[in-house]
Amino acid sequence: MIHAKGITKRFGRVQAVSDVSFELDAGASIALWGSNGAGKTTLIRCLLGVIRFKGNASVGGVDVRRRGRHARALVGYVPQELAFHDDARLGSAIVFFARLRRISRARAAESLAEVGLIGHERKRVRDLSGGMKQRLALAVALLSDPPLIILDEPTSNLDAAGRGEVVETLQRLRRAGKTLLFASHRPDEIISLADRVLVMERGRVVQDTTPVELWPTEKPVQVIRLYLTMACEADAADVLREAGHAVHLNGRGLCVAVPRDRKAEPIAALARKQIEVRDIEVLDDVQIQESSQ
Amino acid sequence: MIANSAAHFSATRQTPAAPTLIGGVARFARREFRDAIASKWFALYTFAFTVLAVGVSYLSLSGIGSHGFAGFGRTAAGLLNLVMLVVPLMALTAGAGSVAGERERGTLLYLLAQPVSRTQVLLGKHLGLAAAIICSLCVGFGISGGVLAWRTGGVGVGAYTMLVGFTVLLALAMLSIGVLISVCSRRTAVAMGIALFTWLAFVFISDLGLMASSILFKLRVQEIFGLAIINPLQSFKMAVIVNMNASLDVLGPVGAYASRTLGGALPWMLVSSLIAWTALPLGLAVLLFSRRGSV
Repeated sequence: MIHAKGITKRFGRVQAVSDVSFELDAGASIALWGSNGAGKTTLIRCLLGVIRFKGNASVGGVDVRRRGRHARALVGYVPQELAFHDDARLGSAIVFFARLRRISRARAAESLAEVGLIGHERKRVRDLSGGMKQRLALAVALLSDPPLIILDEPTSNLDAAGRGEVVETLQRLRRAGKTLLFASHRPDEIISLADRVLVMERGRVVQDTTPVELWPTEKPVQVIRLYLTMACEADAADVLREAGHAVHLNGRGLCVAVPRDRKAEPIAALARKQIEVRDIEVLDDVQIQESSQ
Repeated sequence: MIANSAAHFSATRQTPAAPTLIGGVARFARREFRDAIASKWFALYTFAFTVLAVGVSYLSLSGIGSHGFAGFGRTAAGLLNLVMLVVPLMALTAGAGSVAGERERGTLLYLLAQPVSRTQVLLGKHLGLAAAIICSLCVGFGISGGVLAWRTGGVGVGAYTMLVGFTVLLALAMLSIGVLISVCSRRTAVAMGIALFTWLAFVFISDLGLMASSILFKLRVQEIFGLAIINPLQSFKMAVIVNMNASLDVLGPVGAYASRTLGGALPWMLVSSLIAWTALPLGLAVLLFSRRGSV
């Protein structure tokens, strides 16, 4: 479904994405995992063909660079947060996108019903909650029943209930044979939705692995942030990866996903290499769903 | 909350389609038109233009020591200066806010992620804004014309109608320049600032610059004419004056030169200048927007 080869994108002096290649089969699901600034969003924008890049990418056999409009017709895109005119009403917003995709009004109404937004058509976009906006974005993405859904951290602005609804919908879509590519910071989402994980760091794919290899545990996972001196963060990341931990740098420390009862392991691994940890912060307490195991 | 969408998607599988070029442009144009008409700025511009147009119509006789509504011909001459001030400002700022505003709000990325091309987005926005501005002008000219027809009859309505036509051309040219500014600007405030400076340059600075240049460089009359029609506002002014069957002698030696040497070709040349000012900046905007490396 997706064929990406040597995707490279530079913004001035900043190398946002560097020589990324991967393939994604129809019906499969791939997660992009990495810190803020790792290049996940830029890679997604390249695959959507909304920014120019070096390299080759095709969606469903359609060249993204040359026939971007037709490639995007095969994609439903869900951004981090729906960006649409605040004054627009929900009903007219979805009808606008339906017309862009040559979809009938009746189908647009069905799509709203599917995400539980029927009855809210008169509401203005600015009056919608974060969860409702995200459900609207999902409804827009699914309007034309595209074979590929691309999601850029779709649950990052949602509460636990909203996250659960979105993940549940994506699981249903997976079962219906949709191909998914999504960026996420949450190990539980990745474990429950992805077949493969591309770990990105500073624009590069540093690991092409599976969720089970990244988090080889059936126990709840916690993400901890380790504060080190800046000079040794990259070395520390290498040490922790060698020790089998899922690591990413996010500019404010080193984030490591670990089983809840083994939080000291990364610190011990670093101590063995004489790398000093200045401070530690527990970020997320992620309960891996039983269904995902 | 979320219904069983998977069943639907597997059952109604079809090949998703991108809109045709014209279809995509039309959809963006319709949305842009609706948004523009609903905006406070457009309401304010329309109201201000209408009030000023009716006011100018009423005051057109003041030059001969009288007052009350003058005929269409005299009102058209009176409205000329008002149009040259208000319409470029309206169209430049509307164009300047178009793409930069979407970019700043983050909505541009979402639109571009749909199965549409950048050309469709830009042409659609231009078309929608053009339709909205023309509606706004029609309201102003229409109310003013209605009052004139009621009070003075229909004498000179042809000159007035042509003024409306030339004003539409001027608005389209200024809108294209505004859209070009918007494509080149990352922030709305920057785009608006450049648009205001451009307005100032067209309305005031170019006249002063031309006068200064003609004195400093001792420009010949044909050179001054050539430089003058580069400014779309001057082209508009000359086109309106020529259309009112007035002699361009009122514009001094340059006007007299243009009348004598170009004769019947002059109106077409001036209209061509306005059309070029519409097509070239818009074409450049489409090119730059399509080749832009980022959103």
